Amino acid sequence: MKGIFRHVFFFGIMVGLIVLVGQMQSWNLALSILNLCLISSIMALGVNMQWGYAGLFNVGVMGFAALGGLAAMLISMPPVHEALAVGGKGVFFGLLILVATIAVCVFLYRKIAFPPLRMLLVIVVSIVGYFLLRSVLDPATVAIEKVNPAATGYLGGFGLPIILSWPVGGILAGAAAWLVGKITLGLRTDYLAIATLGISEIIVAVLKHEDWLTRGVKNVTGLPRPVPYEVNLQKADWFLELAARFGMDPVTFSSIFVKLCYGLLFAVVLLIVLYLSEKALRSPWGRMMRAIRDNEVSASAMGKNIKARHLQVFILGSIVVGIAGAMLTTLDGQLTPTAYQPLRFTFLIWVMVIVGGSGNNWGAVLGGFVIWFFWIEAEPLGLWLMDVLTSGLDTDSALRLHLLESAAHMRLMTMGLILLLTLRFSPRGLLPERR
Amino acid sequence: MSYLIGEGMTGGYGGADILHDCTIAAEKGEIAVIVGPNGAGKSTAMKAIFGMLKIHTGKVMLDGEEITALSPQARVGKGMAFVPQTNNVFPSMSVEENLEMGAFLRRDDINTTMEQVYELFPILKTKRKQNAGELSGGQRQQVAVGRALMTQPKLLMLDEPTAGVSPIVMDELFDRIIEVARSGISILMVEQNARQALNIADKGYVLVQGANRYTDTGEALLNDPEVRKSFLGG
Amino acid sequence: MEDFLNAFALISNFVLVPAIAYGSQLALGALGVTLVFAILRFSNFAHGDTMAFGTMVTILVTWWFQSMGISLGPLPTALLALPFGIAACAAFLLISDRLVYRFYRQQRADPVIYLIASVGLMFVTNGFVRFIIGPDDQRFADGERFIIRAREFKQMTGMAEGITIKVSQGITVVTMIIVVAALFWFLNKTRAGKSMRAYSDNEDLALLSGINPDRVVAITWILAAALATIAGTLYGLDKSYKPFTYFQLLLPIFAAAIVGGLGNPLGAIAGGFVIAFSEIFVTYAYKKFASYALPEEWATGGLLQLLSTDYKFAVSFMILLLVLLFKPTGIFRGTGV
Repeated sequence: MKGIFRHVFFFGIMVGLIVLVGQMQSWNLALSILNLCLISSIMALGVNMQWGYAGLFNVGVMGFAALGGLAAMLISMPPVHEALAVGGKGVFFGLLILVATIAVCVFLYRKIAFPPLRMLLVIVVSIVGYFLLRSVLDPATVAIEKVNPAATGYLGGFGLPIILSWPVGGILAGAAAWLVGKITLGLRTDYLAIATLGISEIIVAVLKHEDWLTRGVKNVTGLPRPVPYEVNLQKADWFLELAARFGMDPVTFSSIFVKLCYGLLFAVVLLIVLYLSEKALRSPWGRMMRAIRDNEVSASAMGKNIKARHLQVFILGSIVVGIAGAMLTTLDGQLTPTAYQPLRFTFLIWVMVIVGGSGNNWGAVLGGFVIWFFWIEAEPLGLWLMDVLTSGLDTDSALRLHLLESAAHMRLMTMGLILLLTLRFSPRGLLPERR
Repeated sequence: MSYLIGEGMTGGYGGADILHDCTIAAEKGEIAVIVGPNGAGKSTAMKAIFGMLKIHTGKVMLDGEEITALSPQARVGKGMAFVPQTNNVFPSMSVEENLEMGAFLRRDDINTTMEQVYELFPILKTKRKQNAGELSGGQRQQVAVGRALMTQPKLLMLDEPTAGVSPIVMDELFDRIIEVARSGISILMVEQNARQALNIADKGYVLVQGANRYTDTGEALLNDPEVRKSFLGG
Repeated sequence: MEDFLNAFALISNFVLVPAIAYGSQLALGALGVTLVFAILRFSNFAHGDTMAFGTMVTILVTWWFQSMGISLGPLPTALLALPFGIAACAAFLLISDRLVYRFYRQQRADPVIYLIASVGLMFVTNGFVRFIIGPDDQRFADGERFIIRAREFKQMTGMAEGITIKVSQGITVVTMIIVVAALFWFLNKTRAGKSMRAYSDNEDLALLSGINPDRVVAITWILAAALATIAGTLYGLDKSYKPFTYFQLLLPIFAAAIVGGLGNPLGAIAGGFVIAFSEIFVTYAYKKFASYALPEEWATGGLLQLLSTDYKFAVSFMILLLVLLFKPTGIFRGTGV
C-alpha cells in the first residue's frame, strides 16, 4: 500500500472505529473521543514539527500545554475586582521589577567586557531584584489569597472571549520555548531534552502552588464557553424544533450538539495548522529544515545557521502545542493543575508522533487519533481483560484484587511498549514521511 | 613470498570503488611506504589491508595465511597493529595506562615490552604518569606507536605518523621507526612527506587514483626523474 | 557566642546534615547517569525509574526478611536486602539492553534514538513498578532511628538548639564513601575498569586494542544498576519510597551530572553536592536562624525563606541553565557538548 491510498485506508479505519463507538456505546462518547482526538492531533503536529522536521527532542510538552491552559483561564475568567484592589498594584509592580531586573542583567552582561566584574554585578543585581520582587509581591499575594478563598482568592482574568486565549496560549508557550531553546540549542540534544523536562516541571509547579494566579489545587472551574450551554439550548425554540426533526430527546441532543460545535471549532483549527504545516514543509524553508536534520555537518558547511533554524522550529512547534493546550482547557471548562501529568501530556504525544510517522504531518494527525482512541478504550478493554484472566480466581482473592486494581498502570506499560516496538520495527510509523 | 601482501585489491565505501587492482606488500623487518597525491587512496589502501574497508576483489595474505575475511580485531590477534592518523591515544588516561591498553589482549607479563617501549621513546618514561591528552603532538605520536608496539606485533601499520609535527620531531620519529624495523617488525606506512619517507623506505609505492603507478625501492623512486617531477616537486 | 553556637547548631541540623545526606544520594544517582553516558553516549532517562525498580526489589526482600524475623539489629534490614535488589536490577538492565539498546548499537543509531528509547523504557519500568508495588508511599525502614537526638544533644551541650542525626543519614554518608572509593578503585586499578575508561575515551582505538565492547557495556549496566539501587534505597530509607518521587529525582540527578560535567565521575559527585546544598540552602526558612545570628531589632515577621520548598526542582533547573549558559562542559570537563 502506498502514498495516498495508505492515508485514505488508515483514516477510513479511524472514522469507522469512531462510528462503531457511536453505535455500540453512545454518540456522546464517540464525539468526546473525537474532540480529544482533534486536540491531540494538533499537539502531535506541534511535536512533529520539532522532532519530524528538525530532530529536536522535547520532553516538556506538558509544560507548554499547561501554559496554554493558563492562558485559557487568564483570558476568559472575569477579573476579581476586590482582589485587584488589594493586590493588583503589588502584582503589577512585582512584574515590573522582574522585567527591570532581567533588563538590567542583560544590559550589564552585554556592556561590561571584564568577565569577573560582569558576573559579580549580574549576580548582585539579580539578588537585589529578587528580594525587591519578593518584598512587593509577597504581601500582595497574601492579600489576594485572603479575598473570599472558598470562591476566588485569586486575581481572576481579563474576562475576554475564551477563543482569544488560543493564540495567547501559543504566545506564552512560544516565549517559554524561546528561553529554553536560546540556552540549550546548539549543544547536545540531551541538554535540550533535560531542560525541557525541567521547565515543564516548573511550569506545572507554578500552576499548582501560585494560588493568587491560578487558585492552585483548588482549580478554576466554570470557564466561559465559546459554544452554547445545554440548558440554554433546551429552552430555545429553534433547538427544540431541530431536535424534534431528528426525532431525538432534547437533553441528549443538546449535549451532542454542544460537542459538535466544539468539534467544528477544533477541526477548523486543525485544518488551518495542518494546511500551514504542509505548506511550510514543502517550502524551501521545510526542505532546508529536513536537510539540516538529515545531515547537520554538510548543512552547516553550506552556510546554514543551524542554531537559528532550530530555535525557529522549536518555538513554532511549542506555539502549536500551546494553542492545543488552551483548546483542551477550553473543552474541559476548568483549569486543574494536578491534571498535568507527564505521561498524559508528554509521553502520549510522543507515542502519537512516532506511531503516526515522524516527519509526516498526516502521520502525526493519524497518530493523534489512533493513540487517543486506544488510550481511552484501553481502560475498559484492560479491565475486561484482567477480569477474564483472573476469572479462575476467587472473587475476593488478594491477587485478583491487586491485578484488577493495577490494571490502570498497565496503560503506562502498554504505551511504553508501543513506543519501543514502533521505534524498533517500524521506525517510520504508520504513514512514513515522503522523501 | 612477502610477509604481508594485499593483492589486486578493489573496493570502496559503498558506491564507487576507490581502489583499483591495487597491490601493496611488506617484507619482514623492512619498511614499506605508500606515497602519492591527495585523494590517491593511500589511507584507503591501508584500511583495506587492516580490514576496515571491504574489498570485493583481491585478497590480503599475512605470513602465507589468507586474512581477507577477518575483522580488524581478529587481525590484531594475528599480529597486526595499526596506528590511526588522528585520535590515536586515550587522552584522559596516563601514558602508562595507554600502553597497558595496547596490551589488553595479552595475558603474559607486559613489563618487558613496556621497558622496550620506554627505551625506544625515553621521553615517555618520564611522562608515564601524565595524561596522554596533555602531551605535545610529537609525544602523542610516540604514545600511539608505543601503544601499538605493546601487542608485540609482527607488522606495524602507521597512517601518516608525522602529520602535524615539526621537522625535527619528524626526523626523530623516522629514526625510531627504523629502529623498530631493525628489531624484525615489518612496517607499512602512509606518508605525506614523500621525500623523507622514501629516504628510509626499503620499498616504495606511488599510488594515483587508487592504482599502483610506480613501485620500486625507496632509493630508485627518489632517483627516478619521472617520480621526482610529478610527486616530489622536482 | 552562645547565640552564634546556637545559630550554627540550627544550620547544621536543618541544612548541613540533610544536605550532606541528600547530596550523597544525588551523587550516587548522578554517577550512574554519568557512567552510562560515558560508555553509551546518551542520557539515560530511565535512570530514575531504574532506581525505583531496584529499590522496589530491595523493599520486597526487606519485607520478606522482616516476616522471617531476620534483622541487622540497630541497622535497617534493607542493607541486608540490598544485594538482592542490585542483582535483580542488574538483570533487569542487562535484559533491557539486550532487547532495546543493543539493536541500536549495532545500527550505530543517532544518540537521540537512544534517548527516545530510554524514555520508552522509563515508562515501561514505571508502569511495571506501579503494577507490582503500587503508586503509594511504602515504609520499610526499621532498626534504630537516630544516631543522636536533638534532646540528647541539648542535654550534652546545654545549648538551646540541638542537632539530630538520623541513622539513615549516617548510613547514607558512610555507604556513599565506601561505594565511591570502590568505584574509583575499580575504574583506576582493575583491567575491566581501565578498559571502560579506554572505551569511553576513544571507542575506535579501544576496539583496535582488542577491548570487547559487549563486555564493557555489560559491566557498565551492572555498575549503573548497583549505583541506582543503592542511591534509591538510601533515599527511600532517608525520606520515603514512592515511585513518582523517583521520576522527579531525574531532574536534580541530571543537573548534578551536567554541573559536574557529563561523563566525568568526579564531577558527578561534586555536582550532587552542589545541587543538594543549593536546594536546601535556598528553600530553608531562616527566621529562627536570624533570631540568633542577627541583632534583635532586625527581627522580621516573615519566614525569611528564599524560595518555597514547592519549587525545589526550580533550583536544580536554574543551576542547570546557568551551567549550560556559561560552561556547558561542567565544572570538571565532561565528554559531552
